[in-house]
Amino acid sequence: MTAATELRAQQDRGRKVAQNREKWASVRTYVSAAVILFWCLAPAYWMVVTAFRDVGYTYDTSLLPTHVTLDNFATAFDTSFGNRFGQALLNSVFIGVTVTVISLVLGVFAAYALARLNFRFKYLVLGFILGASMFPGVALITPLFQLFTNIGWIGTYQALIIPNISFVLPLTVYTMTSFFREMPWELEEAARVDGCTQGQAFRRVIMPLAAPAIFTTAILAFISSWNEFLIASQLSNDATQPVTVAIANFAGAQPQQIPYTAIMAAGTIVTIPLVILVLVFQRKIVAGLTAGAVK
Amino acid sequence: MATELGPTPVKEPASGGTPIHHGPKGVGEDNAIASQGKWASWLLAPTIVALAIVIVYPIISAIVMSFQKDAALDPVTGLFAEGGPAGLSNYTNWIFQQCAAPGGGTVACPPGTLGSQFWSATGTTFYFTIVTVTLETILGFWMAIIMARTFRGRSLVRAAVLVPWAIPTAVTAQLWLFIFAFEGIGNKLFNTTILWTGSEIPARWAVIIADTWKTTPFMALLILAGLQMIPAEVYEAAKVDGASAWQRFRMITLPLVKPALMVAILFRTLDALRMFDLPYILTEGSNNTTTLSILVVNQIRQGFNSAAALSTITFIIIFIVAFIFVRFLGANVVEQQTGAGKGKK
Repeated sequence: MTAATELRAQQDRGRKVAQNREKWASVRTYVSAAVILFWCLAPAYWMVVTAFRDVGYTYDTSLLPTHVTLDNFATAFDTSFGNRFGQALLNSVFIGVTVTVISLVLGVFAAYALARLNFRFKYLVLGFILGASMFPGVALITPLFQLFTNIGWIGTYQALIIPNISFVLPLTVYTMTSFFREMPWELEEAARVDGCTQGQAFRRVIMPLAAPAIFTTAILAFISSWNEFLIASQLSNDATQPVTVAIANFAGAQPQQIPYTAIMAAGTIVTIPLVILVLVFQRKIVAGLTAGAVK
Repeated sequence: MATELGPTPVKEPASGGTPIHHGPKGVGEDNAIASQGKWASWLLAPTIVALAIVIVYPIISAIVMSFQKDAALDPVTGLFAEGGPAGLSNYTNWIFQQCAAPGGGTVACPPGTLGSQFWSATGTTFYFTIVTVTLETILGFWMAIIMARTFRGRSLVRAAVLVPWAIPTAVTAQLWLFIFAFEGIGNKLFNTTILWTGSEIPARWAVIIADTWKTTPFMALLILAGLQMIPAEVYEAAKVDGASAWQRFRMITLPLVKPALMVAILFRTLDALRMFDLPYILTEGSNNTTTLSILVVNQIRQGFNSAAALSTITFIIIFIVAFIFVRFLGANVVEQQTGAGKGKK
């Protein structure tokens, strides 16, 4: 065998090893991806399958949908066992929208200042706002419970809206601050050169450009208010409770028996719109979620 | 605080666009910053005022309450005795697990009362925090590495991880309660007959598994965002220099992703320390799954002031942990947030 052929054979072997390794790496990636998909989606899938399963077959463990029915959705809205799921849905929407609007209106100005202006104590203000977003809700609940008892606010909407602002507003401010930092501010300069005041430049040039950022922040704000449970579980009553509390306390015909199929139906109703919203705006949502950590 | 902004110039942050005024340093510059300061204080005032009302006021009021005695039935007269100043007794009662004795004074709280649960609740809270955050960090890192690779269907995986995140925790708790029901799919799939909510270890792991499922995606996305900021050339260069996969991970990925990773761990830790929804709904705090938050909520209806002391203790614990993270472990949230870290990437 000549040296040349030997060299070629060696190169061939080397290439084959590399190819094999690449192939294995890609197989491993796909297997891992499949595991992630299963881990994330299987429980959610089980919720939906159960929601459509006849109550008599609650513990049926066949993996594909069986005994399909829509009855559970009717049961979820049924008020004869003291559940008020329909009302709770409206409450959650009302509370969520109010909290989101208030937080956005206040937060947009703060975020603009933090992203755009130089001033003393900027770091202090940022630290304060970030600290506020990490603040434990349980530290608010006791004084608020006493205060709202004294002024007769327990079970009112304002008693649920005000505490939610404590964590939705900081979230709004820091998400929007990082979005605002990424915007093409040269346009604002241009508008000012053309004779706009800073306020006018903000309103006419920046606001339209900022709309997607504000919309994403609104979704994040709404979701965090929609998910709130601790404060609502203590400060709401039957008439004002949000869906999280309604689902946690969902009662069946018999007190010992948890009406799982109806709860899963209620859970599906609560979750599906959010999941669709999140998937449609996936890119923006992920950017908003991770904004504080890496930008 | 933001209302007394003076004309002193501040450090220019590393990012955030071009400075508005480019003129020579001097009086004009100072005026410009003064006017920006005025603007800033007007823009920030609504948020600061709102947060002062919804956060600062309750904290102060909780601290004031925690030094007051709860009104209680006086064993001698049989009447409700009004509170009055309590000194530190609300705090010491929790920490030393003392309860009011019939004849005045205090005795060790009998087992089963809320007063006897402070240290076990603290232990449970830290157990949950350490186990879930560790699991979520490892799983989240692994998910992030997979999601950072290029393969067909990557966007599907990235979308799928958002599903557990988008489901409200109360629904998650009910869902896992159903999965962990005795006749549920959990026991069926693994061919076990565990009474998940019936004893300590399964009950705790039911909470841990549910929490890990729900919050790993958040961790994974934060780490992924950190991974994506590492330029590919760095890996190419290391490969050319003959670094192994493990070396590349340890010498490049870990140090470069560390800032984002630390912030993710900090966020998750603080979140786990206030865990409430999952154990409250899934196990109702039974079998040693009562966290500090649950203990506070259970105490509220038995005495505001004592609950206020406990919530203040909880707040202090969380604050100390946050402080340790920021001071000693280098989780620089504000720097990350303000973009000062940008130059380092």
